[in-house]
Amino acid sequence: MGEIWQGFVEALRLIVTFNPYVMKIALFTLYVCAIATFFGMLMGIPLGSVLALYRFRGRKFLVTLVNAGMGLPPVVVGLFVYLFLKRRGPLGFLGWLYTPKAIVIAEIVLAMPLIAGITMAALQNENPKIRLQARSLGAGEAGSILTLLRETRISLIAAVIAGFGGIISEVGAAMMVGGNLMLNGEPYTRTLTTATVQEVGMGNSELAIALGIILLGITFLLVWVLTSIQQGSLLSEPVRVAKSLFSRFRKEAA
Amino acid sequence: MIGLVAVLAIVTMATGCGEKKTEPVERTELILATTTSTQDSGLLDEWVPMFEENNPYSVKVIAVGSGQAMEMGRNGECDVMLVHSPSEEEKMVAEGYAIDRNAVMHNNFIVLGPASDPAGVKSATSAEEAFKKIAASQQPFISRGDDSGTHTRELKVWKEAGIEPQGTWYVETGKGMADTLRVASERKAYTLTDDATYLNLKEDLELEVLFEGDKILYNNYHVMDVNPEKYPDVDYEGAQAFNDFCISPEAQEFLLTFGEDRFGRPLFIPDALPE
Repeated sequence: MGEIWQGFVEALRLIVTFNPYVMKIALFTLYVCAIATFFGMLMGIPLGSVLALYRFRGRKFLVTLVNAGMGLPPVVVGLFVYLFLKRRGPLGFLGWLYTPKAIVIAEIVLAMPLIAGITMAALQNENPKIRLQARSLGAGEAGSILTLLRETRISLIAAVIAGFGGIISEVGAAMMVGGNLMLNGEPYTRTLTTATVQEVGMGNSELAIALGIILLGITFLLVWVLTSIQQGSLLSEPVRVAKSLFSRFRKEAA
Repeated sequence: MIGLVAVLAIVTMATGCGEKKTEPVERTELILATTTSTQDSGLLDEWVPMFEENNPYSVKVIAVGSGQAMEMGRNGECDVMLVHSPSEEEKMVAEGYAIDRNAVMHNNFIVLGPASDPAGVKSATSAEEAFKKIAASQQPFISRGDDSGTHTRELKVWKEAGIEPQGTWYVETGKGMADTLRVASERKAYTLTDDATYLNLKEDLELEVLFEGDKILYNNYHVMDVNPEKYPDVDYEGAQAFNDFCISPEAQEFLLTFGEDRFGRPLFIPDALPE
């Protein structure tokens, strides 16, 4: 137990002193996870919507793929991405292995089915009459879908949280396709998770625990923000205060 | 909501992370496949900057087991290798996949076990005898089980002792040396390790050195280049440059004191010191 406390103290020290190594690794982790989540959403939400709202041949197969994709083992995804990107692999000419791009690709593959699957389930649960109503009020096809998405905002954010949470915490794929590299003395493809594994392997338990705590802290903070948006309280409080101040100002001016 | 994520992505991109710093020197990327024990010793954290100071390369250190490192070499997935599995290395050179094999450094493999030493390993006069005693007593033995240099050496000793290790007492972790040592410590078991990793983790382990010093337990590290005749697209020039660095007086003399401040003795003994 004392070790965990020491790790906690070390984590605080690293944060407060803006330790450059830890800062760079943390920012890099956020960078790849944000990009991967973004593209995961860009592809996943439309895919989930189409699967939920339309019927076509092969739909069931695609739905099964997406649902299975939610449980893809990160290490297997990493292995397959590695096989594609290695020098002798079909995409080896790109030279993307052991670069941040490879990590982003693996993470998109992991996040996209999660986001698509939850989006699909959420939309299938919604009353289809909402779309009809939107159409009757003049919305086009895309417009009616957007209206429906807005109604299911809460589930969509849950999908994003699931996607983001899955990839910020994974280590197998990042290690395999990124390599946990330092380049020219700077962290290059080192994420908080791969760095933690490294420090454990080197016997630096305190630093490893500190990195783990920092990772948990970052994840918690980001999910707090997303949850506040989801539950509606992030902006509502400041907006309410601003409104009441403004209206009081107007009354006094009158 | 997409907006928030996009903003996050743009902000972190704008702070410039994930981008290589612009350098006045143009550097080529060089892939070095090496073992986890070399990486975990911290040696490469010192050697790579030393190498990069005078050579226009950016070294990507891929640390995996010796077996996997050499497999990467066989497939042309790396440019240069620093490994410690001499029998496999010789095979690679004989088959034409590796060239310019040079001895770099060595330390020793040692047999660890619980202080109580139920198998009586302490009294053994050779590595084979130590292993025979462990097998005879059926005391737990933790193996790497991952084709690493350590694993290959362990299997060699079993072979010399004429034993095929099997039974519930013989456990294979498939993991790196540090994790394997932790398992051995928890299970109060015997195991074979390189002394550098042991020194690094000694404080966290409840294991003692019970046998060392047999010639079969020399742990020799060699550097090898991937043969450009097999894979013309490997960076042979870069591999040669790193190879030359490993056996250069600068690198070799560095080994004389590396680790002394932390452990009172150097972690590796140089094999290519100038006369």
